[in-house]
Amino acid sequence: MAEYKWPEEGKRQHLGKRISRLDGPVKVSGKAKYSYDINRPGMLFGKILRSPHAHAKVVSIDISAAEKMPGVKAVKIINGPGFEIQWAGQELVALAAVDEPTAEDALRAIKVQYEKLPHLVNEADLSKVPASNLRPASTNATGDVAKAFQEADVVVEGFYGNDVITHCCLESHGLVTEWTDSNNVMIHPSTQSVSTVHNDLARELKLPAGNIHTHMDHIGGGFGSKFQIDLWGIEMTKVSQMAGGKPVKYFLDRDAEVMIAGSRPSAYAKVKVAAKKDGTITAWESDAWGSGGMGNIGSPPYPYVWTRIPNIKTKFQAVNTNVGPQRAWRAPNHPQAALITMGALEDLAAELKMDPLEFFLKNIELTGVRANTYRDELLKAAEMIEWKKNWRQRGEGGPGSTKTVKRGLGLSIHTWGGQPHNSDCDVIINPDGSVEVKMGTQDLGVGTRTALAIVAAESLGLPLNAIKVTIGDNRLPVSGASGGSTTIGGISSSTRRGSIDALNTLFEKVAPAMNTTPDKLEAVGGKIQVIGDATKSLTWKQACAKLGTQPITARGKQPGKEQLASAGVGGVQMADVSVDIETGIVKMNKFVAVQDCGLIIDLKTAESQVFGAMIMGVTYSLYEEKVMDDQTGRMLNANMEFYRLAGLRDIGEFQVHMMTGKGYDERGPIGLGEPPTNSPGAAIANAVANAIGVRVSTLPLTPDRVLAALAKKGGKG
Amino acid sequence: MHKFEYASPTTKEQAVALLGKSWGETEALAGGTDLLSLLKDYLVTPKRVVNLKGIKELSSVLTPRDGSARIGALASIEAVRDLGRGFAALSQAAAGITSPQIRNMGTVGGDLCQRPRCWYFRSGFGLLAKDESGNALVPNGDNRYHAILGNDGEAKFVNPSSLAPAFIALNAKIKIFGPAGEREVEAAKFFVTPKSASEREYALQPNEIVTMIHVPSTLGVRSATYEVRQREVLDWPLAAASVALTLDASKKVKTARIVLGHVAPVPWVAEEAAQSLIGKTISEDAAAEAGRLAVANAHALSRNAYKIQLASVAVKRAILQAVS
Repeated sequence: MAEYKWPEEGKRQHLGKRISRLDGPVKVSGKAKYSYDINRPGMLFGKILRSPHAHAKVVSIDISAAEKMPGVKAVKIINGPGFEIQWAGQELVALAAVDEPTAEDALRAIKVQYEKLPHLVNEADLSKVPASNLRPASTNATGDVAKAFQEADVVVEGFYGNDVITHCCLESHGLVTEWTDSNNVMIHPSTQSVSTVHNDLARELKLPAGNIHTHMDHIGGGFGSKFQIDLWGIEMTKVSQMAGGKPVKYFLDRDAEVMIAGSRPSAYAKVKVAAKKDGTITAWESDAWGSGGMGNIGSPPYPYVWTRIPNIKTKFQAVNTNVGPQRAWRAPNHPQAALITMGALEDLAAELKMDPLEFFLKNIELTGVRANTYRDELLKAAEMIEWKKNWRQRGEGGPGSTKTVKRGLGLSIHTWGGQPHNSDCDVIINPDGSVEVKMGTQDLGVGTRTALAIVAAESLGLPLNAIKVTIGDNRLPVSGASGGSTTIGGISSSTRRGSIDALNTLFEKVAPAMNTTPDKLEAVGGKIQVIGDATKSLTWKQACAKLGTQPITARGKQPGKEQLASAGVGGVQMADVSVDIETGIVKMNKFVAVQDCGLIIDLKTAESQVFGAMIMGVTYSLYEEKVMDDQTGRMLNANMEFYRLAGLRDIGEFQVHMMTGKGYDERGPIGLGEPPTNSPGAAIANAVANAIGVRVSTLPLTPDRVLAALAKKGGKG
Repeated sequence: MHKFEYASPTTKEQAVALLGKSWGETEALAGGTDLLSLLKDYLVTPKRVVNLKGIKELSSVLTPRDGSARIGALASIEAVRDLGRGFAALSQAAAGITSPQIRNMGTVGGDLCQRPRCWYFRSGFGLLAKDESGNALVPNGDNRYHAILGNDGEAKFVNPSSLAPAFIALNAKIKIFGPAGEREVEAAKFFVTPKSASEREYALQPNEIVTMIHVPSTLGVRSATYEVRQREVLDWPLAAASVALTLDASKKVKTARIVLGHVAPVPWVAEEAAQSLIGKTISEDAAAEAGRLAVANAHALSRNAYKIQLASVAVKRAILQAVS
């Protein structure tokens, strides 16, 4: 009988190998159909009128002119007179027309009267935030901070911050929605949750959940912002109904995408840290705030990772701002917490004239249960970036520095959970020997199709191309949303169990014909054979032919018997940058990441996850910023011209090392989408401080901020 | 976008006859890399769009042996990326538009006539960026990318052209065609600072078009463009400088032109800085001094003082690059 537990190293045919994405060719050739690419016969184009004001009351809305326009098929008020708008871009009217320009023109024919109200859109300077915008503070304390600061040899105080950034999904949020008859709806959304995204829509439309069919083959980015059907999904389905059920396509324009479809909350903190002369960290105190729009937000975890600092005191306060609301952004709160924590600690090391690598290693037990992992990862990363050779005391400038260009190194460590989500999987073995894996999941960047094929092929002793994987539909067995780095653990566990169950059923069917019992059989190299005796075997095809006409269908589940996946990872990143001290421009030289994620299903897609996180990390460290205008309350860079993302020529050289083998593999797969996103800001900001000898307090590290920091220091490099 | 009539003339005479007599009535279409966004954002709402691409004679680039160049207004930006040594300022400026799509679709004339990227203008607050009560938004707003020179009037945006500073440094002349026939202006005088939101940033009449840019002989000219930019991928420079120098036999500067980009409502000719180089051998100090002089009259708005430093450095580095 085949067992659930993962095969050991040396007995793995596909697991942990470097395997290219199975859907890579269709993606790079443009054949892959994203929901944005779906066009249906007779399709209408949806548009939404959004408030230009950040805070206002709707006095009146007149849609009559829009309704009368030729080509306009339905106009529906979403938020009418009396509604209090809380951010610029909030939805007022939805409509659908025969083409996009007509729909845009129709929006402009709608007349809205507003009563403007005062707004707040920036919160970096807490002294300018009215008391009415402040939410109650939360505090935490362990040990005796006052005493620890009094007794400390070195105390460092600083201010650190991250501005609000947005998800900026390259495929914007939206869907194509239609009524296939008066009781059934078909949606093609861009979603992180194929199996559950229809539930809110069903409730809103008062339809049975089973009457909504969801299909999505590919998603162009979500990062935590695409779990819900969203207001526009519901409204456009209603607009479709008003237009006789015709398909309506609605995807956010770029400006709306970055204004209202999700943001990462800001985080600012005044931090005070203390150490003994020998570098032992003794105390942490932080006074932090941040905003995610009008909703409440929780405090980032301060101090991040270094949770066993003996004396800790923290305060956090959320600020209400009239800005499009936050959504989960790839490891919510961790990147911000990393920047602020690692920044303060690196400043402390600099004050002690200690190499931050030595400083981190010296104190590593203060990180808790994963101290050994961090130690191993720090040493590996240091080797990759040649830390000893290239690191210099803060402000000295690393090797290769010139009069105007200074080189520096910085580091950061991070953590994340990544426990498996619930997942159902059907594994089908057909009488012709073909194998299908079916699951209502999605590929948010995990390499889902590839991972499913690897797990099934590994379990059944087959080549990868023997497995047909079907995902992306809510009529398939339900699997969880891709969020919190939960996918790889969930889908690989259910697929493993389903595959093993199916295989054992096949063993039962063929054992009599092989004059043996099922417990004596194994599936290896495309054959079913008696364990240890290759002479007594059937080819996979011969074995399956014994099924007659009835395929084997096994439902694998997560959770289930035996723990196949776990949670909790550590990672280390180190950045090597050059800063032009005359212009304040920061360039990435090299960026290395060392990461563990338990048992790796596909080394190549795992590394890709880390590369992607590093690119996103360079981007938010150097470029991204949601620029809000105090006067108009609007986002000024709601485009991809001044909302800057890094391009290939901006990211420098990347190196990734995945921790594998003993101590890692036996934990089973652990999600990887988020952890490597946490450290880049901290590592890069620390490298800049190391290069120029002064801390640039707030991300992104733009030229104006770098020059201002240098000027404060006295203009010297 | 509102419906408009689309005309595609094949001669410049037909084209100017199709263009309206006041701004806004009609728009001329070349590469469309700017006009299409303006139309989609309802920042221009013409009754007619006149496509100039059918006028084949405006696409040529001629570089006779005398070192001069005659660049058709419809030549692609890509076509001026490799014009030879004397044109280095121009080639480097073109190369700074780091999108192959824009370099190939965008035209030289279009680069000169594109509208400002001021984010208040692009958000619909008008060329002079005023709210509905007429309050100017730039002085107290987010002006991090706005002008540091020539910003004492109401216009505080920066001219967005990449090629203009190089053309001006190279003493180019711009040929213009209108109902009254052809006229020519110095590139430096082609750009104007508008006094009202209904004016444009260039010295064209609404029914005139740019037909050609004439760069006089560049034999013996050493030129360069230096852009201070955040990203290597497509990005607007935060400040840029184009310089053109001629040196005498002892390597002393005989003539100098220094023009800054992205710092003022027009490409900014730094006369005093250029004069400071005359008779000098180019050195780091001489270049830095010219950089200082180029921004001596700069006046920072609330959030863009850093641009003064960037502009000064751009001048210094462009000078050093020109002689390297």
